[in-house]
Amino acid sequence: MPKNTNIKRILIIGAGPIIIGQAAEFDYSGTQACKALMKEGYEVILVNSNPATIMTDEELATKTYIEPLTTEILEEIIKKERPDVLLPTLGGQTALNLAKDLYESGILEKYGVGIIGASYEAIKRGEDRALFAKAMEEIGLKVPPNAIVNSLQEGFNSIKEIGFPAILRPAFTLGGTGGSIVYNMEEFPSKLSAALEASPIHQVLIDKSLIGWKEFELEVIRDTKDNVVIVCSIENFDPMGVHTGDSITVAPAQTLTDKQYQMLRDASLAIIRKIGVDTGGSNIQFAVDPNSDDFYVIEMNPRVSRSSALASKATGFPIAKVAALLAVGYTLDEIKNDITKNTPISFEPSIDYVVVKIPRFDFAKFRESSKVLGTTMKSVGEVMAIGRTFKESLMKAIRSLETDNPYLFMKDYEALSYDELITNIRIPTPERIFYIKEAFMRGISIDKIHEVSHIDKWFLHQIKELVEAYKEDVPFDKNYIFELKILGFSNKEIAKKFNKTEKEIEELLQDLSPTFKAVDTCAGEFKAYTPYYYSSWEYPYYKVGQEEAIFDND
Amino acid sequence: MKAILCLEDGTYFIGKSFGKAGECFGEVVFNTAITGYQEIITDPSYKGQIVVMTNPQIGNYGVNDNDIESDAPKVAGFVVKDISKIDSNHSSVSTLSSYLEKYGIVGISNIDTRALVKILRERGVTRGFISTLDLTPKTIYEKVKMVKDISSLDLVSEVTTEKIYKVEAYKSSKHFVVIDFGIKKSIIKYLVENGISCTVVPANISKEDIEHMDPDAIFLSNGPGDPANVLNGISIAKHFFGKKPVFGICLGHQIMALAIGAKTYKLKFGHHGANHPVKDLRSKKIAITSQNHNYAVEDLPDFMEVTHINLLDNTIEGMAHKNIPYYSVQFHPEASPGPHDALYIFKEFKDMV
Repeated sequence: MPKNTNIKRILIIGAGPIIIGQAAEFDYSGTQACKALMKEGYEVILVNSNPATIMTDEELATKTYIEPLTTEILEEIIKKERPDVLLPTLGGQTALNLAKDLYESGILEKYGVGIIGASYEAIKRGEDRALFAKAMEEIGLKVPPNAIVNSLQEGFNSIKEIGFPAILRPAFTLGGTGGSIVYNMEEFPSKLSAALEASPIHQVLIDKSLIGWKEFELEVIRDTKDNVVIVCSIENFDPMGVHTGDSITVAPAQTLTDKQYQMLRDASLAIIRKIGVDTGGSNIQFAVDPNSDDFYVIEMNPRVSRSSALASKATGFPIAKVAALLAVGYTLDEIKNDITKNTPISFEPSIDYVVVKIPRFDFAKFRESSKVLGTTMKSVGEVMAIGRTFKESLMKAIRSLETDNPYLFMKDYEALSYDELITNIRIPTPERIFYIKEAFMRGISIDKIHEVSHIDKWFLHQIKELVEAYKEDVPFDKNYIFELKILGFSNKEIAKKFNKTEKEIEELLQDLSPTFKAVDTCAGEFKAYTPYYYSSWEYPYYKVGQEEAIFDND
Repeated sequence: MKAILCLEDGTYFIGKSFGKAGECFGEVVFNTAITGYQEIITDPSYKGQIVVMTNPQIGNYGVNDNDIESDAPKVAGFVVKDISKIDSNHSSVSTLSSYLEKYGIVGISNIDTRALVKILRERGVTRGFISTLDLTPKTIYEKVKMVKDISSLDLVSEVTTEKIYKVEAYKSSKHFVVIDFGIKKSIIKYLVENGISCTVVPANISKEDIEHMDPDAIFLSNGPGDPANVLNGISIAKHFFGKKPVFGICLGHQIMALAIGAKTYKLKFGHHGANHPVKDLRSKKIAITSQNHNYAVEDLPDFMEVTHINLLDNTIEGMAHKNIPYYSVQFHPEASPGPHDALYIFKEFKDMV
């Protein structure tokens, strides 16, 4: 279907101030969308309370209002500008909530403004836990079960369905007093009694514990013809229990077989259809049991999200731009892939590199906040690195953090006792990855580190391989140092290993340099016209009869 | 241990050996699927081909007893950027490297696979030779020049079943004779799941034997190599055209095209991946499909209609006779690996009988 010509003016709501959990990524997506819609000849009315954004730059919208994001102000703007439709899926949860309020208060109906992107019902189903759980049940999927109980008997009835381990949270207690994790039926009665006792209203919330389960996200996009594609899969290095925003994440997913991945893909398609996101992107999170193919749907955001921005940059698939064009009626096969030019965007990107995102924290500013990571997001930003392997990408990402210790191998933790070290791996903090490195330096096994952290053994093994390469007793040799560069080591770390200066490493490597590889959406299958590049130390290839090594760029 | 991969144009890559030490040769193709290396390795359509994975991290989840498309690995050789030394998945029974070693498949890792893929993309069909025994580029270059063109080989006879066997559907309503040119297990699985009992027969089966079985339809499977070499398949399709419903997937589709006077041609570097958009021209819907073919069909006779096209290069991906049940697709509706978007094709096969 070509674009909808009944629409002339589109109202876009921005994400407002930058806060934890909602930062510049929404400016990135909003800007993409404004540009795309303006180019298509629509009049874009933009409202955002944050003037320090790119999207509020003069030429990006027909009219820009920098006003508080409240229903009252929005009503005034709607009254004055009379947009045909509201596109609420690009300004994070702020815009989605406002759209919901504007709909519920009858303002949209009063001024004849439609919603495009996600319908009111879809927004509601995505957000309301009970509605969402019901919708999932209807399509044969599960959300983590929970129950509110007021007595032991109710507890016995509920625990059958919830299963062990379960988390008991007494209602209305300070700091979770009386709460506990129950592992089996034997300890359940006594622990539930204690929890009921602890609650002043004798009420306990029982949650299924998914601690240690693997966490995945899929970025899904759908058009008006019901074509659905997955843009990207993302795997969390940190298992369930750490907020996705605070987790180290990796694209594409690394530890799923095709059957397991397709199981999540099938579920994602069913979810976006069931929730009713008519056009545009959604982000769906899953918890997957590491010991079986069992999985739960954690949540779905019927909008462009923080992860969409990551997925866009990780794959070269401009999710926000495409979402905006789909919202005005285009279908996926009508939109060209900007990078390959000759192929449409109705495909699933294939990538021939690994992307690692590491969150950036600022506990110096938030002094009262504990460094322990949990279900509330604490990071203030993130870095993203691209490398040909997970190892290279991880090392690059750590270097990009610009913290006081932005190298995996520069700082040692020799003073820590074994128990302290294990505790630091068990309890997730921003520094956990450094302690894991330290554990491998001391020869602690993958099994032990996995047992206390639940981090997938494949990821742990990658770090172990870095440590092994670092510890290997080898002479100061150019070939070996080239291998270290391929693994992602910095000159600084290599200098430390060999007890040399950084300058000496630089001199040794002076006739070598990293290659620059393209992010082309298609893993090299088609020629890329407008790709972007990342640096990577790669092996050369040769031609029979020619001496020199060929390092491939592009 | 070191390994060398040399292409017929004299380009060579020095990397590390994994799987079995030794030598192997074949047509080098690249696959862009992110997941599903075990299904790819065991797909009989890869007989005679060295497969390069574009995903750099391979072997992460090991290998298991379920994700196999035939009894053993079928690729001639395997090329990856980084091979996992461990297998991390509850389903895994072994690392990929030891699995390949067990089945005698030679692999090479730690090379710039992206550079290799771009060479294959630009050059098109290319022969290659991998060795861990002799690393002298000149010697290997001489050897690669001796490798036969895949179109001259009878690969189907190497991968077809020797014996006839039956797979009964639980609630069977239809019976297909399935001609095995190198069939993927998943195809049989989905036929059976759709209530079709299958009698799987060797590629050299006679028409009379098929007639004797009196099936509701004939199904021509996927398989390796050039469809023009599969003379018995072409003659079977020709014979049953108009007499019984005939269906096909991949090589089967190409054979059916040749049987009715259409043409096949070799694509520059083929389609090997799990992300190709295919449009069903009847419903206008797009399916993301699994693909594995080097040949494509063209010049269909007037009594045929094109049912599917590949949106990446507009090649024909499906065809149906306008009046009688003679219907086939180029892509792999059984996925494995890949998305399940096109599973509806199996239901269509059943409903057309």
